[in-house]
Amino acid sequence: MTRIDAKFAELQAAGKKAFVTYVMAGDPTYEASLDLVKALPAAGVDIIELGLPFTDPMADGEAIQLAGQRALDGGMSLQRTLDLARAFREDDDTTPIVLMGYYNPIYNRGVDKFLVDAREAGIDGLIVVDLPPEEDAELCLPAQAAGLNFIRLATPTTDDKRLPTVLTNTSGFVYYVSINGITGSAEANADDVAPEVARIKAKTDLPVIVGFGIKTPERAEAIAAVADGAVVGSAIVSEIAKGKSTAEVAAFVKTLADAAHRA
Amino acid sequence: MNDLFNSFKNGPDEQGRFGIFGGRFVSETLMPVILSLEEEYEKAKTDASFWAEMDDLWTHYVGRPSPLYYASRMTEELGGAKIYLKRDELNHTGAHKINNVLGQIILARRMGKTRIIAETGAGQHGVATATVCAKFGLQCVVYMGATDVERQAPNVFRMRLLGAEVVPVTSGRGTLKDAMNDAMRDWVTNVENTFYCIGTVAGPHPYPEMVRDFQAIIGKEVRWQLPEQEGEGRLPDSLVAAIGGGSNAMGLFYPFLDDESVRIIGVEAGGKGVDEKMEHCASLTGGRPGVLHGNRTYLLQDDDGQILEGHSISAGLDYPGIGPEHSWLHETGRAEYVSITDKEALEAFQFSCRTEGIIPALEPSHALAHVMKIAPTLPKDHILVMNMCGRGDKDIFTVAKHLGVEINTGG
Repeated sequence: MTRIDAKFAELQAAGKKAFVTYVMAGDPTYEASLDLVKALPAAGVDIIELGLPFTDPMADGEAIQLAGQRALDGGMSLQRTLDLARAFREDDDTTPIVLMGYYNPIYNRGVDKFLVDAREAGIDGLIVVDLPPEEDAELCLPAQAAGLNFIRLATPTTDDKRLPTVLTNTSGFVYYVSINGITGSAEANADDVAPEVARIKAKTDLPVIVGFGIKTPERAEAIAAVADGAVVGSAIVSEIAKGKSTAEVAAFVKTLADAAHRA
Repeated sequence: MNDLFNSFKNGPDEQGRFGIFGGRFVSETLMPVILSLEEEYEKAKTDASFWAEMDDLWTHYVGRPSPLYYASRMTEELGGAKIYLKRDELNHTGAHKINNVLGQIILARRMGKTRIIAETGAGQHGVATATVCAKFGLQCVVYMGATDVERQAPNVFRMRLLGAEVVPVTSGRGTLKDAMNDAMRDWVTNVENTFYCIGTVAGPHPYPEMVRDFQAIIGKEVRWQLPEQEGEGRLPDSLVAAIGGGSNAMGLFYPFLDDESVRIIGVEAGGKGVDEKMEHCASLTGGRPGVLHGNRTYLLQDDDGQILEGHSISAGLDYPGIGPEHSWLHETGRAEYVSITDKEALEAFQFSCRTEGIIPALEPSHALAHVMKIAPTLPKDHILVMNMCGRGDKDIFTVAKHLGVEINTGG
């Protein structure tokens, strides 16, 4: 059982929805980013998605692209991202960390070495946007064998015929992408999302978490109400971009977390 | 199915791989559309009506076959191999790009897509896409790096005249790679009605295969044109073509991959020189395998797997990757890959103007620069075919700048 599985068991027992946040590792600096990540659990974050900076984030909108650039400009790398996770783990052994990013930095390091290092750093799961089920042999299967969850994205274009392919070899949870598009773009609509979540839940026992296009506490609550939880990324990253302090960003995160937990 | 067991022409496999290269490294949103494109292309491949439509447009709209021209003065000056130029610069829109665009747009129409998007570097693929969209009355949006919009102003104006919307891309460093990122972001967002017309033999399967097949008309024509001038059964001894993503080269090379006697040479953009400063775009000679834009291939990248910006005098070669089939041909040793610097390309550009009255694009000027190096070392009965894949009208401002000439376009 990974920390992710344990967290969902705990939330289910408490009758609570999951609140998941995405922040880019090293944005705007390693130290500031570590401070913020450490503050997230107390702000009500159940699962942390830690962005792995990449020069060419094809599935991301401007907010996360710029966050990645800030991090890279500040000297961030895959190694420093793992260092950050390890530093977080020194004080927190329960909040799951999902590393989210693109395949090339991982492939470049070597999959076997990466998996050993990621586990050792306290990473619990992976979301690698450019690895669909067709490329499972690359990282998904080795990751599961190494005891890491591999969390797959399901999207509005994933039809009933394809859904089983997407769900096979998925673990931890299913991340439903609420819109056709990139992160931080159009707003997710709970009325559209509800039947899609139901469609996925009919085919899997895994929790279904919804992300993309959730920017406000109201939206987080509405989406969490029709799923097992909600993810907010770009809206938080945009606060960091404005130069807000850790305390200010954490306070904003708390309003989102409280709203999602009300659902 | 190709029945040749030991063939270089069998790729890609069912996973879209050429050896370890290629594949389908895209987000889930795009997977269904890529699978349906593959299905549609598989149908079209064996559909005589599809190829009949292509042939008709190639002949009457593009002006194919392009001539295979014996460059006698070049041959004489270099004093070695007999040089033939495949004149794809004479195609409508001035480059080989339209060969592929026609195929993809016909497919898009068969799939019922009404909106076409494309990325472009030098603007040649953008112009070709805008042209064919105008011809068929389709909406066209072209993503172009803001840096390239500036240095290729005439092509930007052409695209707009043709009714396309040109979107300057400011994300990243504003070049071809970033234009491709933004095109993919558009595609993910508008996947229901939009067809992504990729300009080179890269991207997720089936693009590298499909674009190669459309461009292979170049090499197929050479196979029958050369014997007309050199006698029955005569094959070229060497093929030379420039490589950015590598579509004109794949188009020339592919029909000859199984002819062992044919030496195949791809020429990458060496920029200011292939050294540790990485001011070049020579992915094979200066990069290593990685995953970007839907495929695994040789990429310019740093120690952390972050993608580097290339540099080339030619915006059309300014891309940090290369088509996966080239990576495979490189590793198997079937093709050789060399690099040529900006300076050498500029010299070749002028050489072509002076000896043959052909103003070449900067892309094939790289191929010609390599021809200039090897031709003198080869015997006079050695036949070398080079792909003159584009004309240089678009480049005269860049070339003038490098030659220290000011062109006054003001009234």
